[in-house]
Amino acid sequence: MTLGKKLYSILFLTLFCAVIDMPKTVPLKLHYGFINIDTKLTRPEFSITFLGKTFSRDLEIKQGLDLKGGTQVLLSADMQNIDVADQADAIESSKEIISRRIDLYGVSEATVQSSVSDGEYRIIVELPGVSNIDQALDLIGQTAQLDFRELLPDKKATTQAMLSDFVQTELTGKNLKRSRVEFDPNNGQPTVTLEFDETGAKLFEEITARNVGYRVGIFLDQMPLMTPPNVSETIRDGKAIISGGFTTEEAKQISIQLNAGALPVPINIVKQQNIGATLGQESVQKSVRAGFIGLSMVMLFMILYYGWRGVIADVALIIYGLITLAIYKLLPVTLTLPGLAGFILSVGMAVDSNILIFERMKEEVRQGVGWQRAMELGFGRAWDAIKDANVATLITAFILFNPLNWNFLNSSGMIRGFALTLALGIIVSLFTGIVVTRTLLRAFYRPPKEIKQ
Amino acid sequence: MINFMKLKYLYFAISLAFIVPGIISLGLYGFKSSIDFTGGSLLEIELKQTKPTPAEITQTLETQAELVSVTPAEGQRFVLKFKPLDRQQALTIKEVLTKKYGEVTEIRFETVGPTIGRELLRKTLTAIVIAAIAILIFVMKQFNQFKYGVCAVLAMFHDTIILLGAFSLLGHFYGVEVDTLFVTAVLTILSFSVHDTIVVYDRIRESLKTNHKAGFTDIVNKAVNETLARSINNSMTIIFMLLALWLLGGESIRWFVFALLIGTITGTYSSTFVAAPLLILWEDLKNRK
Repeated sequence: MTLGKKLYSILFLTLFCAVIDMPKTVPLKLHYGFINIDTKLTRPEFSITFLGKTFSRDLEIKQGLDLKGGTQVLLSADMQNIDVADQADAIESSKEIISRRIDLYGVSEATVQSSVSDGEYRIIVELPGVSNIDQALDLIGQTAQLDFRELLPDKKATTQAMLSDFVQTELTGKNLKRSRVEFDPNNGQPTVTLEFDETGAKLFEEITARNVGYRVGIFLDQMPLMTPPNVSETIRDGKAIISGGFTTEEAKQISIQLNAGALPVPINIVKQQNIGATLGQESVQKSVRAGFIGLSMVMLFMILYYGWRGVIADVALIIYGLITLAIYKLLPVTLTLPGLAGFILSVGMAVDSNILIFERMKEEVRQGVGWQRAMELGFGRAWDAIKDANVATLITAFILFNPLNWNFLNSSGMIRGFALTLALGIIVSLFTGIVVTRTLLRAFYRPPKEIKQ
Repeated sequence: MINFMKLKYLYFAISLAFIVPGIISLGLYGFKSSIDFTGGSLLEIELKQTKPTPAEITQTLETQAELVSVTPAEGQRFVLKFKPLDRQQALTIKEVLTKKYGEVTEIRFETVGPTIGRELLRKTLTAIVIAAIAILIFVMKQFNQFKYGVCAVLAMFHDTIILLGAFSLLGHFYGVEVDTLFVTAVLTILSFSVHDTIVVYDRIRESLKTNHKAGFTDIVNKAVNETLARSINNSMTIIFMLLALWLLGGESIRWFVFALLIGTITGTYSSTFVAAPLLILWEDLKNRK
């Protein structure tokens, strides 16, 4: 690539990032003599469709719980009474049910994840921006309630029964031994099978005897799990088959949820964090202000110490900031307080490559090499040190981020946030510190007379 | 060129002067750990109408829960610490306080089970050990010699121990707590320390290639002279950022930033005055045999 092309590429990249970085709308007002501008700049929507896959982002910075305020709850499932073979299933269904409960409560952007650590099954629930979560927490703590319901005697014949027309029977999830997905040997359709314990089998027999030809509802947490199936005959052996009307995937889902109702995993809260929105906002404001002041000091220092080269390093630093912010918005990176600190720290490291190169250039010039050659030598010779040093930092960031979810390492969101911003910072700074600075120096830097040979 | 390496024993003495008190403090007092490690509950509240003393609050809550400490924070805020509470107990405590002192705003509530804390501690130590081994292997591979890896890791532990010791002392005398953020800081300092050391070692590696006649000590000394300006300048930029964050960045990250600040300073010092002289010491010991 020629110098000109490189310069334009950098300019284009910078503008592209700047557009992504800008707030949704920027008011633009200018009154000067007869020039009157009063308009709004609006950031374009970001949505790309490539090979049938759509990639779209709302381009807002995602703030973590510690910044936005909200609640994080870490739950641990007590697997004492559950077969090892069923544990993974049980945790998956618990997760499923907790998500559904939170959805019912209407918390937006809630996340529910499950994890296994040292043979302990955990569920992490994050509820951002919610101040009064006590009710939601109560819901989370309960174990799933599965029960079987029949229609009120006078509503049995209707085809459009309401939810309230179903009444509870004595048969509940605790009588269900297990549920499985099986395939009908005649037509290969997926079916969901239920197997009850002794009491359950007896109760189920009574219910089915009462309702032959009518529907029986299966309710999970007061909501019907699926379209209530029709009872075709009295079932005596405690084994029921629900068939028809669902895909294999749906059948699996239903079976998981039935098992959850049947396998009530006691769930305990092991860790809980509520962060008020004000505390988070205070931290953001203060950190951002501190970041700006720190950054200005760094830039001033570079100019005072390295003159015009410092100015160029500062321009590269601003480009660095724009690119990093754009990446945060595009990935997206959820910014937490340690993440913010990681970003600010990486600014310091971003300048480092420039300092290394400039010091190297000075040395070469001192040894009598012409400035242009000194510039190229400076970049070449500093590269080894920059590369090795940054790889070492990347190694630590990798271990902190724990991308393979190794059990023996941490996977807490806070430490991950820090590792991610640090690693991104290093990678972007390698690009701006080397490619951008070199291009800008080649294009714009002319040394002062006294250095020129 | 300044003959820095002549005084290598002085540098080791300075390092020891910082390391020894820290180690003693670690042995005697350990850390003051936050609920992140010990388990427990933390409730930060703001009282709108009155400002009671911590002792008064303790008295009010005496019968309610196992209160560990009450610390006044900025303004009308208080940080209350308990043995682990559930949400219901926390709500009761808020009610009791509201009755007594008027409007209570909950700033944050955290509760950590005791097993989680131990797990975090163990995982952190594992991370440090793995990072140290990975860096040892990486440096050995890049520099083709065992001693570079070992000395870089020793310098790294030097910085870590000073940092840990400093926080043990701060914990004992000023009640500064060690939490998850501090763990992050320690791990960052590991990488920063090596980052800085590698820059110095890179110079030694380069000089060894071109300078066949000079002695090892001279080469190390030359490398230190050549990289000192860069080392200081680079640290200055990071220190500027950290100072700004420390002074203006709010309560929640203050000690985190302070930990990074200590680490940056020792990291800069150790790459020049520990990692480099250690190489010479290594060579000396080898030659003596």
